[in-house]
Amino acid sequence: MAHDHHEHGLSPSGHPYRSDNDGPLTYWQRMEIAVRELLIEKGQLTPAEITAQIDAMDARSPANGATVVARAWTDPAFKSRLLENAAEASREMGFDIGPLHLIAVENTQDVHNLIVCTLCSCYPRNLLGLPPDWYKTRAYRSRAVIEPRKLLREFGVDLPASVTVRVHDSTADMRYIVLPARPEGTKHMSEADLAALVTRDSMIGTGLPRRP
Amino acid sequence: MTERVRVKSLCPPGHVRAPWYLRGKVGEIERVLGRFGNPEQLAYGLQADSRPLYRVRFTMAELWGEAAETPTDTVDAEIYGHWLERL
Repeated sequence: MAHDHHEHGLSPSGHPYRSDNDGPLTYWQRMEIAVRELLIEKGQLTPAEITAQIDAMDARSPANGATVVARAWTDPAFKSRLLENAAEASREMGFDIGPLHLIAVENTQDVHNLIVCTLCSCYPRNLLGLPPDWYKTRAYRSRAVIEPRKLLREFGVDLPASVTVRVHDSTADMRYIVLPARPEGTKHMSEADLAALVTRDSMIGTGLPRRP
Repeated sequence: MTERVRVKSLCPPGHVRAPWYLRGKVGEIERVLGRFGNPEQLAYGLQADSRPLYRVRFTMAELWGEAAETPTDTVDAEIYGHWLERL
């Protein structure tokens, strides 16, 4: 009776099937293919260069940001350079972040920072990779500036009233990364082990680092 | 000295990067970011003027009034100089 599941539009585990994406290409999909093929035909780019660039973009992950955070936790001079100019500090660590303008905002006992782009989906991709889908939803984008504490509770972060929430709306040329507070009980951990505690969400502000 | 500014309540057609929810709201300049190409021209492939960009800090009380979740929490946003009037 396997086909029954299809008739109900639900998988055996009760989730709806996603329809196949075999509809016609959109205008912009055709435009992308046309421009890409023209660039190759005219000898401006090779297919290998395009593949290499896609690979480079896919290779970026929150692990990059985590190493920056772990360095800041262990090296006070680096931490002040990071808070002064996060783009330069990231380049200093060898990350190719292009012309990105990056601001690091520090979580402390008194302040919790949260990153959003209410207009679209601006995100520090060069350090964290692609944004999670929820980051781009209207619900996250609007609720982050209207009711950040309620939103954070849904992410499992329940902040006391004594902590000020600072929301950062990436409306223009800057990108933001949260420097989470170093967890208690990590005094003797190596930089590499500390980096493993730094989650993607802790650098967006929707989470806290793992406990050792 | 903190500098207080108000985001202009304009609604020009086309691509702008001053969010609607901040228009007409008063905040303080948190830092000056330098000069950047005006996105209202860049979006259309036009030669862009360079415009000063500021990070402006707004309180939740200013943005949402009585409905604010926690009045003293803040939102920082980047606003171009031509969208700000000094108070």
